[in-house]
Amino acid sequence: MRLVKNKIEYGGAGSVTLIPEEPEDMWHAYNLIVPGDLLYATAIRRVTTTAASTGSTSSSRVRLTLEIRVKNLDFDPQNSQLHVSGQIVNETPHTKIGQHHTLDLELNRQFTLEKGSGPDSEGSGWDSVAVEALKDAVDEGGNRKAEAVAVVMQEGLAHICFIGQFRTVLKQKIEMSVPRKRAGGSDHDKTMTKFYQTTLDTLLRHMEFNTSSTSMTSNDPVRPVLLASPGFTATSFQKHIQHVANTTTPALKRLLPSVVVVHSASGYLHSLTEVLQSPTVKALLSDTKHARETKLMDDFHEQLRKETNKATYGPREVENAVGQGAVGRGGGILIISNKLFRSPDVAERKRWVALVDRVRDVEGGEVRVLSSEHESGKRLDGLGGIAAILTFPIGDEDLEEDSE
Amino acid sequence: MSRHRVKAVSYDDDYDDYDDGYDSQDPEERELLEQCTREVQSQLAAGDPPVSATRDEVQEALWHYYNDVDKSVNYLRGKKTKEADKKAATVKAKVSTVPAYPIPPTTTPSHPHFSAAEFFRDSPWLNIPANRKADILIEPLYPRLGLLGGAPENGGGKVSKLAALAAARKRKEGDKAPASTPGHDIQSANEAKGAPLSLRERLASKQVKQESSPSLQSLKRQSPPQEKSPEPKPTIPAATSLEDAVKDLQIEDKQRLDEEKEEPPAVNIRAPPSTFAATIVGDDTRPKLTEPSHLFTDTLDLMKIYGQDLAEPFDFAGPSPDDVVLNAQSSAKGFKSKQPAAKPQGDKKAAGLAGDMSNLSVTEKVNVKSKNLDVLSEYKKAKRKNAMNFVVIGHVDAGKSTLMGRLLADLKAIDQRTLDKYRREAEKIGKGSFALAWVLDQGSEERARGVTIDIATSKFETEKTVFTIVDSPGHRDFVPNMIAGASQADFAVLVIDSSIGNYESGLKGQTKEHALLVRSMGVQRIIVAVNKMDTVQWDYGRFEEIEQQVSAFLITAGFQAKNISFVPCSGVNGDNITRRSEDPNVSWYTGRTLVEELETSEPYSHAVDKPLRMTIGDVFRGSIQNPLSISGRIDAGSLQIGDQVLTMPSGESATIRSLEIDGEPNDWAVAGQNVVLNLANIDPIHLRSGDVVCHATAPITNVTSFTCKVLAFDHLLPSAVDIHRGRLHVPGRIGKLVATLDKGSGNVLKKKPKIVQPGSVARIVIELDQAVPLEAPTRVVLRAGGDTVAAGLLE
Repeated sequence: MRLVKNKIEYGGAGSVTLIPEEPEDMWHAYNLIVPGDLLYATAIRRVTTTAASTGSTSSSRVRLTLEIRVKNLDFDPQNSQLHVSGQIVNETPHTKIGQHHTLDLELNRQFTLEKGSGPDSEGSGWDSVAVEALKDAVDEGGNRKAEAVAVVMQEGLAHICFIGQFRTVLKQKIEMSVPRKRAGGSDHDKTMTKFYQTTLDTLLRHMEFNTSSTSMTSNDPVRPVLLASPGFTATSFQKHIQHVANTTTPALKRLLPSVVVVHSASGYLHSLTEVLQSPTVKALLSDTKHARETKLMDDFHEQLRKETNKATYGPREVENAVGQGAVGRGGGILIISNKLFRSPDVAERKRWVALVDRVRDVEGGEVRVLSSEHESGKRLDGLGGIAAILTFPIGDEDLEEDSE
Repeated sequence: MSRHRVKAVSYDDDYDDYDDGYDSQDPEERELLEQCTREVQSQLAAGDPPVSATRDEVQEALWHYYNDVDKSVNYLRGKKTKEADKKAATVKAKVSTVPAYPIPPTTTPSHPHFSAAEFFRDSPWLNIPANRKADILIEPLYPRLGLLGGAPENGGGKVSKLAALAAARKRKEGDKAPASTPGHDIQSANEAKGAPLSLRERLASKQVKQESSPSLQSLKRQSPPQEKSPEPKPTIPAATSLEDAVKDLQIEDKQRLDEEKEEPPAVNIRAPPSTFAATIVGDDTRPKLTEPSHLFTDTLDLMKIYGQDLAEPFDFAGPSPDDVVLNAQSSAKGFKSKQPAAKPQGDKKAAGLAGDMSNLSVTEKVNVKSKNLDVLSEYKKAKRKNAMNFVVIGHVDAGKSTLMGRLLADLKAIDQRTLDKYRREAEKIGKGSFALAWVLDQGSEERARGVTIDIATSKFETEKTVFTIVDSPGHRDFVPNMIAGASQADFAVLVIDSSIGNYESGLKGQTKEHALLVRSMGVQRIIVAVNKMDTVQWDYGRFEEIEQQVSAFLITAGFQAKNISFVPCSGVNGDNITRRSEDPNVSWYTGRTLVEELETSEPYSHAVDKPLRMTIGDVFRGSIQNPLSISGRIDAGSLQIGDQVLTMPSGESATIRSLEIDGEPNDWAVAGQNVVLNLANIDPIHLRSGDVVCHATAPITNVTSFTCKVLAFDHLLPSAVDIHRGRLHVPGRIGKLVATLDKGSGNVLKKKPKIVQPGSVARIVIELDQAVPLEAPTRVVLRAGGDTVAAGLLE
């Protein structure tokens, strides 16, 4: 995302103009735009005009620049599309104020997001979380393109997913019934070959990998491909790719060096955590946000295991811990999923922003916002979307009374 | 236009009025025409040879010759010589309202088709005389004359035998299907007539006409007497096939031509009435005689009937020519006539329509007849050996597969030849010590890597019992497969590698996990085979050490001490497996061999009277005859051939086409048996291993969330886990930690714990991504990150 204009005022009001450049930027926009904000972007609207004299109607599609008061956001993770609906606040020759419109944000078309602030405004303004999200979103270094493709598989099951900086998108699930081994039957091997071929075809399609023989000389960078499975499935799949590259599709040879085989406990998507923790992958995707987040979640689990009272999770429990000052200087970490900030209820968002601000500014603890679209974020969501590593143990007893 | 108007007159005086209406002649003209007609007729009659012409023929001639009587007489005389041709020409007029084509000049009727070749025969090529060039007039293609219009009306009383036979047959068939129309007018229908009518109707109309116009009788003097018989009533109804009709017509045509040769052509020149005229009078001449007459005889003059074709009234009430042909064909083939059958069929159709629709299916249904056996009583009657399943568990490379291979080889469950083959092949790839394991490791990858990947089953018999071995993989990545194997087992054989180092690593590894798993899956009895004792020189101290440690662990895992037994053995050599070891170092062991130990196992009772539950272990293509087979062990209940079963979670039904118990065909199977079901009427896409087969009467429910009481092996947090139940392996997550429970009493210790410590019992809620067939009390295993984190019972 490119920041074109930044007019955020001291009080938290103001606007920014941004240009989304890659699909993941839509995810950032999704996290930035909150119901109640003003969004100013180009739109295509079908306008129906009625000729005054004859009464005949004609409709045409007009490109307009509309400003809407955001009411609702709809994010399509598969296709990285963001639809923002709301009421139009500016008047144009074709629209009236108050009409509803859904803006589809487009890549490489700038939009302006304005957040009001203060008690009179509807939105929550540019609070600390929003500014943080904006920082995340604006790609200054341009080094965010590192992306990997992971195939998490087991016999008869494969998940193809794209791992980005902020999101992991499951692109395709391949499921095939594989007969078990039995004496004298070759069905198992046959079906497995078929399964590998289907997986490979699907993988190449999603990677938009050019398999034509002319592409041998092209030097497009090939993203790392992680093959993960329990047992030998991933290795066999790698062998299958080699075999195909050596026989029918020489262009695949370009892909081979970037294939990495990793171990995973199962072929289900949640094994991706394990994949991303493996040393090979960590070296490959050095210091991505994802790796950091995964590490954080592991630390939290570790803490919970070792000293149960020095870690807590769940909205009420964490709020309580923060209230007691346990998430403070000296190792207190608040882990929060950005899902909580996307709440359509402004008060809800304000509650979590206030908590974050308190931990960061008052208590002096660390705040980590995890992307809910990542495996680690999903793990956190399982815990209620919020967790905390505490500086001193808090007894369960009083907490339990609170919750009951 | 139209000479057709003139021709479209009836020979009946009475209908002149009608004709006038058409002709739009004024009275003077008509008067003149009348006079001329009489004149011509008298001249024709007077001339030599005397010729009779019908009134309309005469009038037509007069019309052509502009009422010139002499010319008309000449023309008519000449015409009579071409009686047949002329008849044909008149037929064309039957399409009365639409003039189809002009009549060809009747003066040159002998060659109706213009032939260019003929015309230019005497002229040189490309050098045609100028006088000829302009004169070429291609005549339109007229229907061939001669076969049109049927026979002359005075066609003699003689009928060939063949024709008579045909007539008799027709009549017979006509009696059978009186509503049908004759097929013999197909000829005229083909030519010009719009639609045929029943012959009877024609005859009836003819009779009426004869009666109502006696004046015409004089014109038909020459007709044979029987033609005038008041009730000809010949039912020559169709009822023959088209071929028959055509054949008859051909015969009759030929005959008629013969007759024409014999007889002087000018006998009867009365032209038949046009269709139009017949139509006009149709109402009067509607058939009144619908009953076939007994007077009809074989001697009936068919020629006469043909002659009367043209006098038929036509009211379009009869069936279309197509119907006629179809009726004739169907009746000739001996099918029931459609018309009488239509009524009852209609009712039946309405009633059976729904049924027919439901029977419509793209794929053919296989119907397997159920013998409706009382499976339980059959089961009690059947004298079978005890059947036992046991699972072989242990750490990877403990020698499970080799031990079982040895067992099978020594019990002659596998022949020496196969074993030698395995040995050769294993040595070829440098894995000679794996030869025995190849008995069970059938997969190509398993053999190449020397690791069991999936469970393998094999069976052997002792005097008392049929044992089914479930050999499970020891590698930690394949624990899901081992769980599938353990779910089929009655008891377990834990194989422990006694060699230095391996035992210790095994105890930390899958030895422990497997033992915990089989226990949590309900296995009560465990036999510990302390394997590879030969590598430690049958050291008693080693054995004792292992025995102590393992039994201590097993007891904490929940096995009762009396259900644990230890056997020191060597799988590679076969010591203490089926035979007692001859090694002097083993003299300290006086206990049972492994097989003897196996035989002491008590058979377990299975819930045969519960509703059917069977977890599908494998879906495969059995053979050509059985393209879809499933295998597995029946958990509860019974089934038999022909049963309709339901597979869950798809909810699709299937029919059991046949079934096999331990490889032998049978009619029924009960809980505890390992079966292969050959299914029909289901798409393989609905079947996956891990699905549950049940009866529709007591189906298992699919759940997306369930509560279970688990024993935690690891810390439990709300997190993602894999849920295993036999072959069923699905992703899910721990949604809520409801409470930790007291191990002994089951009382709630702490509600909503933050974390469940290992070794404690807790009640948790599991949420699943997909609906899965589960019901209480089912044992489930929860795994996360390749480790078993908990095992428990559904509540």
